[in-house]
Amino acid sequence: MTTTATTASTASTAVNPTSWADLQLGVAATPFTDAPLTRTDFVRYQGASGDMNPIHHDEQFARAAGFPTVFAVGMLQAGILATYATDWLGAANIRRFQVRFREQAWPDDVLTYSGSVVGRREKDGRRLVDIELTATRQTGGVHITGSATFVVA
Amino acid sequence: MTGAPFTMDVELGKIREFAHATKSSNPDYLKTDVPVSPATFLASAAFWTGPENTPPLDEIGDVARILHGEQEFVFHGEPPRAGTRLVGQTRIGASYEKQGTRGGSMRFVELVTEFRTPEGRLVAESKSTAIVTGQVPTEGSATS
Repeated sequence: MTTTATTASTASTAVNPTSWADLQLGVAATPFTDAPLTRTDFVRYQGASGDMNPIHHDEQFARAAGFPTVFAVGMLQAGILATYATDWLGAANIRRFQVRFREQAWPDDVLTYSGSVVGRREKDGRRLVDIELTATRQTGGVHITGSATFVVA
Repeated sequence: MTGAPFTMDVELGKIREFAHATKSSNPDYLKTDVPVSPATFLASAAFWTGPENTPPLDEIGDVARILHGEQEFVFHGEPPRAGTRLVGQTRIGASYEKQGTRGGSMRFVELVTEFRTPEGRLVAESKSTAIVTGQVPTEGSATS
């Protein structure tokens, strides 16, 4: 499967390299800068995932816990990072996806998602590409670092 | 330390909802009749679990001081497609301490969930790393 049919999707409108020959070390996909994060984004993700922690949508609860306001659901941005990665290399091709949460993200943050090839290997007759992934805030602060592995035709 | 097994059905509507919520417009999730699930979809196993499916967390520490530090999903083949029934089981994995960047130690505890077909074939694994801090977390202090 290739990503040819997915290039019109939200997170990645550019045509990025997807073949084994083109996915050389250091090759990057076009970064994706999302619209500002909204509380509606948080609520929609929380409803979809079943994580209803009020710290992400209840203003009074967040303030009582010592925060200036509600903060973003880390797994939402992890999911958008996965959207970005699978738009690039194929929804059915992913074999591993990992994230580490760094700085918190907040409502109105503008995040940019990026990824590049950091490994190429063959295992059990399959060609695998390892990529590293980052979600960066408009401040330059890093919200998430991650990595993923895809099979490549 | 292991929770009781639970059943999770990978549902078409939930795949579509989850894909929209993670800002996807990928037809491989949203248009295909039998789509694969998104890479972080197994986070929605929360809908299929109760307290009996989670290993006893009281030995981890004060639950109010637990942060989600890391998350990993591994797929043994393509991600599970709509219509797949999974049987999940969660155990406490590795546990270790690290020095925090602002002093004090933080405890890391891994929760590992295996997802199998009812016949027992391993489909996917989820590993959540919880961080137990000694203080209310503030911006930038989530991990060292």
